[in-house]
Amino acid sequence: MRGIHDLGGLPAGPVERDEHEYAQWEKRVDALMMLLSHKDRQLVKVDELRRNIEGLGADAYDRMGYYERWMHAIVQTLIQRGVISIDELGRKMAEQAGRGGSDR
Amino acid sequence: MGRTAKAAAPRFRSGDRVRVRAAHPPGHVRTPYYCRGHVGVVERVCGAFANPEELAYNRPGLPAQPLYRVRFQAVELWPDYREDPADVVEIEIYQHWLEGAS
Amino acid sequence: MNEPGELPREDSVGYYRRMQAAVEELLILRGVFSAADVDRQVEAMEGRSHERGARMVARAWVDPAYKARMLADGSAAAAELGLEVGPLRLIVVENTPEAHNVVVCTLCSCYPRMLLGIPPEWYKSRAYRSRAVREPRAVLAEFGTHLAAGVRIRVHDSTADMRYMVLPLRPKGTDRWSEERLAALVTRDALIGVAQLPDVIESRASR
Repeated sequence: MRGIHDLGGLPAGPVERDEHEYAQWEKRVDALMMLLSHKDRQLVKVDELRRNIEGLGADAYDRMGYYERWMHAIVQTLIQRGVISIDELGRKMAEQAGRGGSDR
Repeated sequence: MGRTAKAAAPRFRSGDRVRVRAAHPPGHVRTPYYCRGHVGVVERVCGAFANPEELAYNRPGLPAQPLYRVRFQAVELWPDYREDPADVVEIEIYQHWLEGAS
Repeated sequence: MNEPGELPREDSVGYYRRMQAAVEELLILRGVFSAADVDRQVEAMEGRSHERGARMVARAWVDPAYKARMLADGSAAAAELGLEVGPLRLIVVENTPEAHNVVVCTLCSCYPRMLLGIPPEWYKSRAYRSRAVREPRAVLAEFGTHLAAGVRIRVHDSTADMRYMVLPLRPKGTDRWSEERLAALVTRDALIGVAQLPDVIESRASR
C-alpha cells in the first residue's frame, strides 16, 4: 500500500506559490527539531520524526499544517523514547492553557 | 568509525541496469511507490548509510547499506508521459531495494 | 461537537502552539538546552537565505576548476568557501544548454537547509511533490518557466541522505562581472530549478 506521504505521481492541482512569514511558534518548532536531532544530543532521529508523521491518518496529514505535523512527530518521538511522559506534558500544557485560552 | 567498518559491500556500479523490487511493506520506507518494479541505470554510488527503515525505530540500522542514485526514463515510469521522451527522474535508492536487471 | 481526533481549525493551531511551548519549557527545565539555545537557533535559521548557495554559483561561474570540484563534491566545495554546512551531503547538478535540473522531495520536504535556509511553502506542498516528477514542464510553466525545444529535464527526487542544489546557466551579458554582482543575480527558485535566470541586457541609460 502507498504511504499517505508517498505522493510522487499522484494527480494534484496547481502549485500555490503564496509565501508567508512563519509564526514565532513555528520557528520554535523548527528550532526544537534541529536542537533535538543535533549530534550533540541525538534525542530524536529525523527518521523517527518522519515515521510518526507517516503514521498520521490521511485526513489528518492533509488537514494539519506543516509545523503542526512536525510538533506532533516531535512529541510522539519524545514520548516513545521516554524523554517526557504524557502526564507531565499534559500538566504543562494545562498550565500553558491557564495562561490564556482553553486546552482541548 | 564502527559504522563504516560494518558497511555492506556495494553490489552495483555506475552504469549498471537495476530493477527496484516491487515490494510494498508497511512502515517507514524511503523507496517511493512510483519507482517500484521499474528498471533504471545507476548514475552513481553515494556511499553507505544506515538503513532509515531501522533508524525510524531508533535502532542503529547497521550494517550501512550502499546508496545509489538511479536514473529512470520518465517514459518508463509513466505510461502516458506527455513531455520530452529524453526526460529522466533520478532517485536515491538503498541497495536492499535493488536487484540486477539485464 | 467535534468528531474524534478533530479540533476546530481555529483551535488546532492553538493546541500545537501550546504543545510547543510546553515541550520547550519541559526540556529547558530538564537542562536539555537553554532558552538562549532556542533563540540562537531561530535567529540562525532566520538569517539563512539562499545567499550561500548563490556565492557558490558565482564562484563556479568565474572559476572552472572550482566548478569541477563543486560538481564532484558539493559539501567539500561549500567548505572551501568557508560555508559551514554541518553534515550536509550536497550534490550540485549542472544546467546545460541540453539539460535542465529540478529538485523535489516527493516523500517529505528534504532540502539543503544549512545552505539555502528554510524551503518555500510550495516546495512542501502536495501539488509540487506529486506533480514535479510526473509533469515537470507543466509545473515549471506555472512558475513562468518555459524551456527551449530540445532541452531535456532531469528531476531529482531527494529521497535519502543527499541534498541537491542546481547550478543555473550563467546569464549572458555578465562578462567581467564581479562575483558579488553575479551572486546577486542568483535566485532561490533558480537553485531549486523551477526558474531560469534571465540574460542581462544593459540599457543605454545604465552604461
